[in-house]
Order: sequence, then structure tokens, then C-alpha cells
Amino acid sequence: MDDAVVNLKAGDKVEITGIIYTARDQAHKRLVESIQRGEQLPFYLKGQIIYYAGPAPAPPGKAVGSIGPTTSARMDSYAPILVSHGLKAMIGKGPRSGEVKDALIRYNAVYLAATGGVAALLSSYVRSSELIAYPELGPEAIYKLEVENFPAIVAMDAWGGDLYEQSRLIYREI
Amino acid sequence: MREIPVLMITEIVDSLCRKANTVLRPDVLEAIHAMLGMEVSPTGVEVMEQIIKNADLAVVEQLPICQDTGYVTVFLEIGREVVLQGNVYQAVDEGVRRAYIDGYLRKSIVSCPLFERENTGDNTPAFVNIDMVAGDKVRIVVMPKGGGTENASQLRMLSVAGELAAVKEFVMEAAENAAKACPPVIVGVGIGGSFDKVGLMAKKALLRPIPDRNPDLRIAQLEAELLTEINKLGIGPAGLGGRITALTVKIETMPTHIACLPVAVAFNCHAARQAEAII
Repeated sequence: MDDAVVNLKAGDKVEITGIIYTARDQAHKRLVESIQRGEQLPFYLKGQIIYYAGPAPAPPGKAVGSIGPTTSARMDSYAPILVSHGLKAMIGKGPRSGEVKDALIRYNAVYLAATGGVAALLSSYVRSSELIAYPELGPEAIYKLEVENFPAIVAMDAWGGDLYEQSRLIYREI
Repeated sequence: MREIPVLMITEIVDSLCRKANTVLRPDVLEAIHAMLGMEVSPTGVEVMEQIIKNADLAVVEQLPICQDTGYVTVFLEIGREVVLQGNVYQAVDEGVRRAYIDGYLRKSIVSCPLFERENTGDNTPAFVNIDMVAGDKVRIVVMPKGGGTENASQLRMLSVAGELAAVKEFVMEAAENAAKACPPVIVGVGIGGSFDKVGLMAKKALLRPIPDRNPDLRIAQLEAELLTEINKLGIGPAGLGGRITALTVKIETMPTHIACLPVAVAFNCHAARQAEAII
């Protein structure tokens, strides 16, 4: 995973196949509180990918309901702590803070963007879904997803590259 | 007087919530198709193609177009000759409850904003706005809207001396945040009124069909000018760079106080959800 991450550059298109974990606002709060109290986390964080998403309920016969990314900026205050504990990638949408950028450089991790608002389409890349923690949080619970060719783009790399900043400058006319 | 049982409101709100969440607004889909050729960023084009694919898949698979099935805002226009038998607010909430539980839509409402933030489990309460109008009909507009676009929205009481220039500057400042609201966005602007009315005006502006122009020519011109300026920001589809940051800008105005220039800027994402019915 370390080798894969270090070679990625902002703007690269990637497809993810394997296991990813959903977590958003309340789950992040709990994960970080657990780390601070020295407790064991509901999944082994090292080398993993977190998807900022709260899925719609799965209709009968489907592995998962619609599942697109939520705004990453709301997780900015939690992300550096998780990255410092071995998280390798986050999938979300929208620009992020300088603190997150610094953490990615320092700990060799990446931030990937998936397209927001195309959640039915993104659900078609999910093969299975299992609720693994915080069921009382409803859509904010942590789900373990098995994905195949899940499409994303490198938004921030481990070298300080930031697609949101760079691409805006290319197309900005004022 | 025409008597209408509120059970009818429940049934209609239920079906409108399901429809709005699975069928992308046809004018938005048309605008995405029409503006695809104007996008110069390859990633931007790819994102717009994903939006079209997603809209098709959502209908075929009967899935919500976006997982954030949102706050449900309901606009009710009730004819003065109508008598609604029963509690209309409860009837709307019951419709939302049925749609969100039975229709596999995500429940996104927490009862307490500050402390427990516990999910209400049925996406209620809905946020209901009622207008009394002429006639013997009831018009129901349902607008489920995600938290991302809501968070990007802004309201400011500007200085009267700032005039038009200050209004434009504030709209452009708000538009800098469009990357967080799933662009290409719809921009709704309210100008005038009071602190409470201006936000509602901006939100109602989002409901207007994309080809619609404000009947006041000066306002229509301002809508066109702001759209051009916003699409020079470079934010682009999904915020990943490009020309198509907004699909349209809609402005509504109303009288205000001699000391006031309230302005509100509301956003809707490209996954714009809206459905309506008339009883």
C-alpha cells in the first residue's frame, strides 16, 4: 500500500478493488475518542481506506443502497489523527484543509475524490456490505464494503499536490 | 368551499418524495446534456457523463440519485376556498415517514442539533412552508435537498450604500464555495425582504425551471451576468476544474426596509430533486 500511495499524483484516475470502510461525522468522532482513550478500534486502521459516505438503505436483492461521497471538509479536524495512526487513503468530495495536506505528506497517504451526487452509479461498484460498528448511528454507522473497480481521482497526493487548487487555476478566467 | 381530507396530502407527499428522489429534474438533465459540449475540461466532461448515466441507472434500478435524500422541504399553496380536514403538518410528516421507511430512502434528520444529535429514524420533521392563494386547489411541491448544498448557502445583511456592486460581490464570494455543493449547481438568490424572508426567497428561486427568466428585465440581465461570472471561476463539474460550475442563476426580489439590503444565496446540487402535484 505504501508503494502504491507514494507513486500517485494529483489528477491520476484510479479504480479501487478490495475492502474499504465507510465513516462520516459521528463515526469519526468516536474513532478519534477511542484512539485518545487507547481503546481498540472496530477495524484495523493501518493500510486501510475510509470512504466518507452514509449509504441509503439497501433495497431487497441489492448489496447496498445508493452510496456517494459526502463533503470531506467536515472530517478535516479528525483526519490527521487517523492518518498518523496508519490510515492510507480517504475517499470523499470537495477541497480540504492545509492540516490534512500536511498529514498526507508527513505520513505518506492520499485523498481521493469520487463524484458527488452520482450515488446510484457508485453503488453498482459495491459487491457486498457489512455493518461492523455503531449500528445506532443509522446511516453514520461503519460499513465494511467490498468494491470492484470503484472509480476515483487523486485529489491530494503525498507530495503536496492538490487537484482542487491546480485544476481551478487552469480553468479560472477572472 | 371544497373539503379535502389530509390523508390525501399524506399519500401525495409519500409518492412525491419517492419520485423526487429517483427521477432527476428533467430540465436539469436537459441542461447537463446541452452544456456538455461547452465543457473544456476532460474530467469535467467525464463527470457530466457520470451524472447522465446515474440519472438513467437510478430510474432503471429504482434507486435514489443521491444517497443524501435530504431534508424534505414542502411548499404548500392552499386555495382560500379549500378546507383541509385534519392537521396538515402531521399529514405531511406521515407522508415523509412512509416514503423514507418503505421507499429505502436515507434518514438524515437529527432531533437535537447541539447535544445528542440522535437520528429521528423516519426523516421527519419535514420543513413546511404554507402560502394562501386564490382558488380551490392545493399545490404541493416537495424538494428533498442534501446537507452539502445547505451548508454552502449563505445569508448576509448588506449595507444599503453598497448597492448592486455589494450584492454581486457577495454572490461571487458565496459561489467560491460551490465546489462543496456538488457542481454544476443551481444558484438561487433572494434580495430584499427581511432576515427571515430572504432565505426562503433564495430557496424558492431554486424551484424555477432552468429556461425560466425573471420577468423584470434588469433582474433577468443580472441572472445572466452572474451565471457568466460564476462560470469563469474555474471550479467546474464536481469541483475538479472546468467551465460549467453553475447551470443557472435565479434571482427573486421583494420590498425591504429603508435601512436594509438583505441577500441570501442558496445552492442546489446537480442532483436536484423536486416533484409536485396539484389537488
